[in-house]
Amino acid sequence: MADTAITVEGARKRYGGRNALDGLDLTVARGTVHGVLGPNGAGKTTLVRILSTLLRPDAGRVEVAGRDVVTQAYEVRLRIGLLGQHAALDEELGGRQNLEMFGRLHHLGARRARARAGELLTRFGLADTGRKPVAAYSGGMRRRLDLAASLVTEPEVLFLDEPTTGLDPRGRAEVWESVRALTGAGTTVLLTTQYLEEADQLAGRISVVDAGRVVADGTPDELKAATGGDRIDVVLRDAGHLGAAAALLPLAGVRVDPDRRLLSAPVTDRMAALSGVVRALEEAGIEAEDVVLRRPTLDEVFLHLTDRTKEAA
Amino acid sequence: MSTPVAYALSDSWTMTRRELARWGRQPVTVLVGLVFPVMLLLMFGYLVGGGRGVSGEYVDYLVPGMLALTMAFGLEGTMIAVTQDLNKGVVDRFRSLPMANGAVLVGRSAADMLQSAIGLAVLIGVGYALGWRANGGPGAFLGAVGLLLLFRFAMLWIGIFLALVAGRPELVQAVQILVWPVGFLSNAFATPDSMPGWLGTVVQWNPMSQTATAARDLFGGPGGESGHVWAALAWPLALLAVFFPLAVARFARLSR
Repeated sequence: MADTAITVEGARKRYGGRNALDGLDLTVARGTVHGVLGPNGAGKTTLVRILSTLLRPDAGRVEVAGRDVVTQAYEVRLRIGLLGQHAALDEELGGRQNLEMFGRLHHLGARRARARAGELLTRFGLADTGRKPVAAYSGGMRRRLDLAASLVTEPEVLFLDEPTTGLDPRGRAEVWESVRALTGAGTTVLLTTQYLEEADQLAGRISVVDAGRVVADGTPDELKAATGGDRIDVVLRDAGHLGAAAALLPLAGVRVDPDRRLLSAPVTDRMAALSGVVRALEEAGIEAEDVVLRRPTLDEVFLHLTDRTKEAA
Repeated sequence: MSTPVAYALSDSWTMTRRELARWGRQPVTVLVGLVFPVMLLLMFGYLVGGGRGVSGEYVDYLVPGMLALTMAFGLEGTMIAVTQDLNKGVVDRFRSLPMANGAVLVGRSAADMLQSAIGLAVLIGVGYALGWRANGGPGAFLGAVGLLLLFRFAMLWIGIFLALVAGRPELVQAVQILVWPVGFLSNAFATPDSMPGWLGTVVQWNPMSQTATAARDLFGGPGGESGHVWAALAWPLALLAVFFPLAVARFARLSR
């Protein structure tokens, strides 16, 4: 019990005429980072809104930090931080004014709220910009301030709902760095994302959700292994050589896509596969336009996992 | 400072301070908000002129009408502010904090009422400069100001309710446009007797007209009718009895 930070059992929520959550189960161990991965509309945001007491579930048991989100909402609110999809800040006020306000609303008292605002601004590299109105911040800065605002009282459990959606690569890297720094401190983090890479970078365990249910659960390595891991893509100059190339390349499970002049296959040893393919093509005198090693895309992981649940059904 | 009541008070004060801090950030917006009714007063006092059906000095009729109209237009400001908050996601953060549930709405109403009181003071000052005088004595003067603010308070909760129901900036625009005919279908500028029969009736029944008539009476100017003080109390209280619980329920329903 004490080792579990989040428990969700059979959570259901009808929203906008459809089942946003359709009997979702989830357990997150204390002090871990848990990724919730899924496409738009899978129910990720609804889940976070229920966990953070903004929405009530229609059915099911939902506990955060050992408290029920419906009957003990106040107790839950004392222990959580929330970073929603849209910056939850007063855009007209400065960064410092925002943090002091949230500190007061956490009942820190004026002096501690002020001191805490200063600490957080420094910690998130915003000390110089504390007076500027938030509306003048860059996307990455705004996200960092938003994150700082959700950490005013060192929450036991932190919810991050698509923390990097809409950020440029630099902003994304900034947010990732901040999240990593947190997880060292023992905070439990639940992170939703559409990006496999993000879940892979940050989360120790991942739950894949689709249509309001968890369709797969595991460490990133387990999930990738289940999808066949990395792939190699070979694009040929001449589609006529596709058949010959498919036969002679040292690969198993080759998929041929004539429209894109593409051969695609799962690989286990990345470097051996790459050099083997290049050598084989040279020896056969087949010209390639492109040879790429890549991770499975979210689409592939996702299709694979949903296909599997259909087969199992 | 540890009981729920103390928390509720301190949270409400924090939320009010938030609004005041926003004024400091946007002095021009605040200034425009104060100048706009003054412009309307000058426009109708001098440019459009007239005052059909008014006996006595038009300015004595017009100033209380403009005061009531300004209170009615306050609905817009409240609705815009609440809609913006809801769409920015900042209300989500407030609702996820261990703070008093109603503080968001209390802070909004305290700040809006303060702004309206300042607006009244400015408009009354300009009215004095134009030659308007209140002749009813200090008690009646305060009574008139009280009725105007009560009317504003009713408009405030209608504004909060509409923002919670509509919730989208496009619909704010619709209300912004609609508030004009509703504001002008009143006795702010001309007496109902000077209008075609059916229009006069509509105008007479407009709650804003009740407040304006009662204020004229208490200020001791033309267009006042004794006995309207009760109507000017009853209308806003009736509106509050409907829209205050509706708004509070709607706010609580954000979690459904």
